[in-house]
Amino acid sequence: MTLILLVFPFIMALAALLISSNRWRPWIIPVAGIIHFALTLASVFSAGNRISSDWIGLDPAGQLVLLLISIIYLITSFYLAGYLRYHPQRQNRIFVTCLLCLLGTMTMITWSKHLGIMWVAIETTALCTAPLIYFNKTPRSIEATWKYLLIGFVGIALALLGTLFLAYASLHAGLQPTLVLKELLHSAPQLSKPWLHAAFVLMLIGYGTKMGLAPMHTWKPDAYGEAPGAVGTILAGCVTSCAFLCILRIYQVCTAAGDTAFMSPMLLFMGLLSMVVAAIFMVGQQDYKRMLAYSSVEHMGILILGLGLGAPALFGTLLHLFTNGLTKGILFMSAGNIHRSFGSTSTDVVRGALRRLPVSAALFLTGFLAITGSPPFGPFISEFSILNAGFASGHFAVSGLFLAFLLIIFIGMGSTVLLVVQGSVPESAPRTAYREGFLTLVPPVLLLGLVLALGLHIPAPLNNLLHNAVDFLETQP
Amino acid sequence: MHSLLNALLVVVLALNLFALGTSRIITVIKVVSLQGLLLGVMPLLIEEHLALAAVSASAAAILLKGLVIPTMLLRAMRDVQIKREMEPLIGFLPSMLLGALATGFALLFATALPLASEHTTPLLVPAALATIFAGFILLTTRAKAITQIMGYLVLENGIYIFGMLLVGAMPLVVELGALLDLFVAIFVICIMVNHINQTFSSLDTRRLAALKE
Repeated sequence: MTLILLVFPFIMALAALLISSNRWRPWIIPVAGIIHFALTLASVFSAGNRISSDWIGLDPAGQLVLLLISIIYLITSFYLAGYLRYHPQRQNRIFVTCLLCLLGTMTMITWSKHLGIMWVAIETTALCTAPLIYFNKTPRSIEATWKYLLIGFVGIALALLGTLFLAYASLHAGLQPTLVLKELLHSAPQLSKPWLHAAFVLMLIGYGTKMGLAPMHTWKPDAYGEAPGAVGTILAGCVTSCAFLCILRIYQVCTAAGDTAFMSPMLLFMGLLSMVVAAIFMVGQQDYKRMLAYSSVEHMGILILGLGLGAPALFGTLLHLFTNGLTKGILFMSAGNIHRSFGSTSTDVVRGALRRLPVSAALFLTGFLAITGSPPFGPFISEFSILNAGFASGHFAVSGLFLAFLLIIFIGMGSTVLLVVQGSVPESAPRTAYREGFLTLVPPVLLLGLVLALGLHIPAPLNNLLHNAVDFLETQP
Repeated sequence: MHSLLNALLVVVLALNLFALGTSRIITVIKVVSLQGLLLGVMPLLIEEHLALAAVSASAAAILLKGLVIPTMLLRAMRDVQIKREMEPLIGFLPSMLLGALATGFALLFATALPLASEHTTPLLVPAALATIFAGFILLTTRAKAITQIMGYLVLENGIYIFGMLLVGAMPLVVELGALLDLFVAIFVICIMVNHINQTFSSLDTRRLAALKE
């Protein structure tokens, strides 16, 4: 079972490479999504179905992220099939192949219990996503892809250095050098402190670059702005979650080593910095897709801030990983529809979307309300839970700033979103052949349903998963 | 063994400075590939009894960094027809001096680091730090896309040197996976370089400036 889950995306990718019909090839994405989802459910909710070794295995944190990426991928896959149908003339062989490889490598990240394997997998995600960002083949998308690759490579290289430092920390302590998570956790208290700290900083910066934390976020608005909307969904929902999982691993090692006091201020600072940078660039933002990218920077900041608040906020943070990923899907997909109809991402041209695309614009507006933490949607619960933990643990200044930035971002993002959806369509606005269709509307509506449901009630299986993950991350072996 | 290893590391450090000081891009590619080749040989000198895994990892590294990657890059260079790095952010001589300064600093700094006792003699740690720094200088101060990638390769080489301290921590699968990733990365980069050249009629990444706030 495990082996099938890990290998089949690559087999499907090979199949996509071999299928010659440009029209039928995209349908392999939903097929892969369905199989992946079925296998994920089987392995997440039944321990008997999965193998476990020192290198490969699914621990509670991995289960959570695997479930998240599988849900987002499944829902987005239908949208992608619809999206590619609107571009029949464009060769999609590389695009589909890379998407399937990306699914495979992300699955690998969630299963890896060896930090070296995890690192290789995350570097491969960077390579698989580059052609996805480049799909439109415009000068702007070349620029975005180049920046993404260059900044991503440097970040990943630093993460590798951090990983090696971590192995050196065990060597320096007189132990056999290892990168197996279980052994690291076991020997965490003995690890050499200076090397462990250096490893933490480098891995936070390295994987933080993949997540898009400020100040390493500069690739993000470019990449999200130029990539197709559905690719934005997968980048903002799945790839960033995988990078966050990598940070969770080093967080867990440092927690087990009793180094919370060292980590916490750094995480809080990085989290608040990302929020403030996002707030600065979101106010007055004229490109609504770049605005979504900054929103992603903000929410990555919230996740890191949540980690910095430590154990009390961990449940909210993990829940936020879930709610943010799902809500980003609504926003990117509806923004993609608006972009396809107007042919522009600038608010100078795009106005009155509610008149032209009533459903997509309504989704965009609702998605905005959800992501900024308005009740009754999921992000409200998770953000409230983090805030609550912040005040309860005595971080009054941090929590106050958190609240203030949320407010500024709500206002900044709101003004751009309202500009897009309200008013009347300008005379000069171009109109493409795109009409709202079944495949490009149902996926974001489904996501909205999930986000709303999470805001009203967290289902028991998910609740168990979250609690297991919290316990797993906090236990000292 | 250690004296040979140290001698090779000194050559690696000298190659860093050479790469920083030259404007001919083809020379930089050759220098970096020679560096990669030397690094591929080193693990064979470190381990006393050679296992098959170590030999195959070394062979793969030598083949990839010494032969495959330079061939790909030289071919990409031929297609885009540029020869020299023009107008770097920091001149060639100053960046070479900066690299030399960094090397000296790394040597001093390494003595202050808490190292395991068996690593205090060879130059591995300072060489790793100096090479990483040289990679950063190349990456950040050069304007041509292809020279920036050479900077990334030097950075990667520096990390590879550090990895040699940790024999046994990285299983063969991971080492080969990392090399495969490097190969695909350079492959993707070569395609991108070609597209940048076609679209912008130049490899100057300062022309990639349409996207900003």
